[in-house]
Amino acid sequence: MREVVITGVGLVTSLADGLEANAAALADPARRSFDAATYAPFAVHPADALELDRQIPKKLDQKQMEPWQRLGTYAAGLALDMAGLKGDRERLSSMQLIVAAGGGERDYAVDSQILTELPTATDPGVLLNEKLMGELRPTLFLAQLSNLLAGNISIVHGVTGASRTFMGEEQCGVDAVRIAFERIRAGQGDSFLVGGSYNAERADSLLIFAMGGFLRRAGFVPVDGRADDPGFILGSGGAFLVLEAREVAEARGATILARLAAVDSRRSKRAPGAVRASLGAALDAACGAAGLTPDAVLSGATGAAGITDEECAAIGERLPQAGLRLTGSRIGHVLEANFPVGLALGVLCLTHGLWPRTPGSASEQDRSGKPRSVAVTSVGHMRGEGVAVLAAAE
Amino acid sequence: MKDASGRPVVVVTGMGLVTSLGQGKQDNWAALTAGTSGIRTIRRFPTGGLRTTIAGTVDFVPAEPFCAAQLSENFARLAADEAVAEADIGRAGDFPGPLFIAVPPVEMEWPQREALAQASGATGGVTYADLLRAAGTGAFKPWHDLFLFGTVAERLADAFGTKGSPISLSTACSSGATAIQLGVEAIRRGETEAALCIGTDGSVQAEALIRFSLLSALSTQNDPPEGASKPFSKNRDGFVMGEGAAALVLESYASAKARGARILGVIAGCGEKGDGFHRTRTSPDGMPAILAMRGAIADAGLTPDDIDYVNAHGTSTPENDKMESMGCMAVMGERMKSVPISSNKSMIGHTLTAAGAVEAVISLLTILNQRIPPTINYHQPDPAIPLDVVPNLARDGRVRHVMSNSFGFGGQNTVLLFSGEVHS
Repeated sequence: MREVVITGVGLVTSLADGLEANAAALADPARRSFDAATYAPFAVHPADALELDRQIPKKLDQKQMEPWQRLGTYAAGLALDMAGLKGDRERLSSMQLIVAAGGGERDYAVDSQILTELPTATDPGVLLNEKLMGELRPTLFLAQLSNLLAGNISIVHGVTGASRTFMGEEQCGVDAVRIAFERIRAGQGDSFLVGGSYNAERADSLLIFAMGGFLRRAGFVPVDGRADDPGFILGSGGAFLVLEAREVAEARGATILARLAAVDSRRSKRAPGAVRASLGAALDAACGAAGLTPDAVLSGATGAAGITDEECAAIGERLPQAGLRLTGSRIGHVLEANFPVGLALGVLCLTHGLWPRTPGSASEQDRSGKPRSVAVTSVGHMRGEGVAVLAAAE
Repeated sequence: MKDASGRPVVVVTGMGLVTSLGQGKQDNWAALTAGTSGIRTIRRFPTGGLRTTIAGTVDFVPAEPFCAAQLSENFARLAADEAVAEADIGRAGDFPGPLFIAVPPVEMEWPQREALAQASGATGGVTYADLLRAAGTGAFKPWHDLFLFGTVAERLADAFGTKGSPISLSTACSSGATAIQLGVEAIRRGETEAALCIGTDGSVQAEALIRFSLLSALSTQNDPPEGASKPFSKNRDGFVMGEGAAALVLESYASAKARGARILGVIAGCGEKGDGFHRTRTSPDGMPAILAMRGAIADAGLTPDDIDYVNAHGTSTPENDKMESMGCMAVMGERMKSVPISSNKSMIGHTLTAAGAVEAVISLLTILNQRIPPTINYHQPDPAIPLDVVPNLARDGRVRHVMSNSFGFGGQNTVLLFSGEVHS
């Protein structure tokens, strides 16, 4: 089996744009981007303002995308820059893309108008048809389609080996990373761009999770302190990683940031105790496969009732010596991007000794310095448990 | 047994199919080889004010609530039931491998939005703030579960007892082929001996149709409905939305042989290539599609001369059929003029997310039956497409290797290569 290394990371969070800026912002426990007013009673962690021109030079391309696609396309560009692959047409034309994506954003004005007029319409079906035919922007569809984040990355950055889009909330981010990892190890591909992005500042997306009772209303506290009103606070952000076979990265003289030593993805049938058992087994399997005992764990715990406690418990049982950080407390829950963002922060932990602390978190301990290896965990709010183990570049 | 590249050979031991032509392979094959159209006037929602009023809807499968997410789940269940039963693999509810499923990107639909608006008690201008207020009451929890992107896969994984984390995917109109490709790769790298691969799509509802209509992608020749989808014809004017699902049980040849399973066919090769030219249009030189076809042929250890039949993407849009024809000619050369190529979409419409899987099953049925389904509605040949499109009538033919094309918005090009017999 071949080794898999990370040679590029693009990261955008609600705090900052880019890897170094995030390292600086996350090192300051007081930094938080938080908006409790716009979607009251629900809060979000809004995106940092991006200089889009830096990664999406054509205004036309920017216009053709909705914010979730812009966040992702931007982060993908940062990752390619860092890997030294930006503009390398030959390599990009054989690079494989696996994107973890949700879907599109709606035209709120059109929806509101239709919902206002429907109750009094003489023929509601025809009104709906006529309004949608007359008012929807034709290109909005393309900003909604799940696979068009990948499509935009192909167009803007020229990554055209192949593209696949995985869907399914948090867990599709885990599976995207796992499939790229396994394909590289087995020689089914040499170079992958993997990641996802999420825009939290959308009423239609908040709506889904509000229906499920998964959104916290009672103001900010760390994800492990939400017993009073369990749930997540969505955050905007995204991350992309360049994964390569070590031999391929070395042959082109790339700087290796970290080694991706193991990825484990599984699904428990949810019941009390299921996440604790499943994530525990995933940690055992991943650490065993990597042959490493990580000294840091970056958890993407959401704050959802029960499962966040179970996640922390599983980590405490399996890796009692490791320092834990709950990154969702700092940047919010980034859904499909949860696992890729966790991996990006894991790289920062290895390379910068970044331990993004949240004041008031009962689960986090004092830690400093660069760990030798980091575990990244993701537990979906409805389904899916995932673990990756990252090792410092030798 | 290993293939020419030393990898485990991947075979198919079970298949299931649901389209507007019926439920099950048998009914579908009979209708497809009889040249029957499943395209009809849409009855499930009002079509007043629309330019397109026809589709290949599956009207015999109930769903409650009636929405794309639930319909897609129900179609997938039916197809998977048929495939798993035929493969006779594992035990009931205990499938010995992972699930890869192509599902349409679902979202909440208008009946749900209306219910939320009503529950909000808003009078006058309804805004998303009103909907959010209503959503937070807890009365709508089942809709959260229903409209998550991962729900169909989870429910199927529970029903069939597939192993590991089920993967839901979208590569637009090549999704069904990508689901199969993921299964092939997992078996080839030795991760599993079997995989359940599904493509499903039940998204013929007003807004989905309107979105395609606004991109001028749909045929507007509504009368008669069965004449609208006319791939490769000069007067083709767009695709017709279709619905359905297909499921395939993939297995390593070694596993299938060891348990004495009937081998229905071989997935000999997969090819794919991205395209960064445009969001909906393909590169003018057609190279990505050409490279995907060449990739699949090479992956199978074959040459273009080995291809006996092409199961076309053949959407009936002016652009696709021209580009696909050009691409096939570039790959096969002059010989392509005599290689039969036909489009199932002439009869069942474009089953979108499901199409790659639906057409994979039909490709394998073509090999099993040594009979080629036609391209119906072919009355005005397009001089720019000088191909044998198997016009209007099915015919017998010697078919050992089939190439099945799937192309999609967002630069997606996926090609699968099927063989009747194992060759190493």
